[in-house]
Amino acid sequence: MVVSSTGSDRPATQTTASPDGGRRAEPIKAIRLKHPGRIVFAVILIAALALFLIDASQRQAYGWDNFGKYIFDRRISQAALNTLLLTVYSMAIAIVLGITLAVMRLSDNPVVKGVAWLYLWVFRGTPVYVQLVFWGLIATIYSTIDIGIPFTAPWISLETKAVIDVFWLAVIGLSLNEAAYMAEIVRAGILSVDPGQEEASTALGMSWLQTMRRVIIPQAMRIIIPPTGNEVISMLKTTSLVAAVPYSFDLYGRSRDISSVIFDPIPLLLVASAWYLLFTSILMIGQYFLEKRFSRGIGQARPDKKGGNDTDSVPLVTAATPAITIDRSEGGKG
Amino acid sequence: MTTTPTTDVPMVHADCVSKSFGSNEVLKSISLTVKRGEVLCLVGPSGSGKSTFLRCINHLERVNAGRLTVDGVLVGYEERGDKLYELHPREAARQRRDIGMVFQRFNLFPHMTALENIIEAPMRVKGIKKADAVIRAKELLARVGLGHKADAYPAHLSGGQQQRVAIARALAMDPKLMLFDEPTSALDPELVGEVLDVMKALAASGMTMIVVTHEMGFAREVADSLVFMDGGVVVESGDPHEVLANPQHQRTKAFLSKVL
Repeated sequence: MVVSSTGSDRPATQTTASPDGGRRAEPIKAIRLKHPGRIVFAVILIAALALFLIDASQRQAYGWDNFGKYIFDRRISQAALNTLLLTVYSMAIAIVLGITLAVMRLSDNPVVKGVAWLYLWVFRGTPVYVQLVFWGLIATIYSTIDIGIPFTAPWISLETKAVIDVFWLAVIGLSLNEAAYMAEIVRAGILSVDPGQEEASTALGMSWLQTMRRVIIPQAMRIIIPPTGNEVISMLKTTSLVAAVPYSFDLYGRSRDISSVIFDPIPLLLVASAWYLLFTSILMIGQYFLEKRFSRGIGQARPDKKGGNDTDSVPLVTAATPAITIDRSEGGKG
Repeated sequence: MTTTPTTDVPMVHADCVSKSFGSNEVLKSISLTVKRGEVLCLVGPSGSGKSTFLRCINHLERVNAGRLTVDGVLVGYEERGDKLYELHPREAARQRRDIGMVFQRFNLFPHMTALENIIEAPMRVKGIKKADAVIRAKELLARVGLGHKADAYPAHLSGGQQQRVAIARALAMDPKLMLFDEPTSALDPELVGEVLDVMKALAASGMTMIVVTHEMGFAREVADSLVFMDGGVVVESGDPHEVLANPQHQRTKAFLSKVL
């Protein structure tokens, strides 16, 4: 049946193709290759996942009633806001400091370069948790902040504890650690820009700062943005370590405090996880659009536009236009 | 340095100029003069020091020996009394404003449109108002035949169009001297003509130009003098027609037999 129907189709397709001039083969119709292994594996995975979900929904230890009770608790949503603030402040400081360190590392001055290297060495070489504990003890190490001429009586002496609260100590700890990583990302971005760009900018008489701000940094952004998005997501999760300071009004700290009161840790872990997942999902979507925006123009713009432009403008331009317009400017030159 | 430039002062004067990178001597005692309004073509095999010489004129490299002056002003150093002081970057930037440079690989700013590329330096460096800079940029784009491409990004332009925008960008600073570093070497053969046409028109308008090129046809047609360099020295120089038709040195003959 099947064979005969394709047989009868053949002359029809050939006649429609013939106006193009000549013979044309009809599309191949073949029996698709079966992948039995794939189907079996997929079924096993789905079954295992379903089994886990059914079991989890009925298991007492997950405490779903408490999960429902605390997921929108005011203390939890307030803590979620604190976690967001920790992330935003820390990242903002880290980016500014990171750019500074990256520029310092690219400096010709060996001391400036060395100081930047030393910073990266210390802050990348020690765990962020340990650093946070250190920042928590800063008031023990430096009990007062003195302003004045060194080795003389200070003009103003402030008590460290009174000046900086634990929230800001957490921000300082997180941002100083993150700055070391941001510095490397920014440095990679700056180095990715063609040296010809700096040369062209310099040849036009632009200063180093103008070259950096107007030419180098905008182009480096394309390289800097995607890993920075990853760093933001990573930072959001790292904020759960601020208990080391100790700061306990973040998402994880607050859920742990509540769970120690109600003697039921597992549902509150799930509550915290659900909020973290929500935030990271939003950030991931944001990152997707940012990356799409910054890779624009480089990848797709070339082939489709170039072909059209070449043909319409080149012959038009060379012969007629310059010759005519230059006559006008000649007077001004001479 | 203190003398006000008059028309007698050559635009570029090199007297026994040498430049080394480490132990590698790239320029060996180069002496040449470019008069006001003159078009000089520098030719020679790659690695002969042509590009380095251009870069020295524009303060991108500092000469190690000899004297190099542009419009009577010493390049790279400042002379006070009988001592030479290395030039402050700010002063070097100020002197560069008057020298336009066009690169082999265009080096347009890819994140700016053709128009933005051209108005950037006049606005930032010379402090020209945006409206005025835009008017001038549009004139220049029309002059290089790209009046309709003001809003195009470099990636949307052909190589020849990009190089013409780069020439317009350099002209926007109203330079008294234009340096061309192999401006057509990175172009597809069919796009070379449009860039050379713009350069010919520029030469006809009286611009002083130093052009490093492999386009012997351009040199013959446009150049007032031709300098052949090899191994960091000037081997032969003179009227382009004579040098190209009747080279005196063996090395010039060997080179020309390959490129002509």
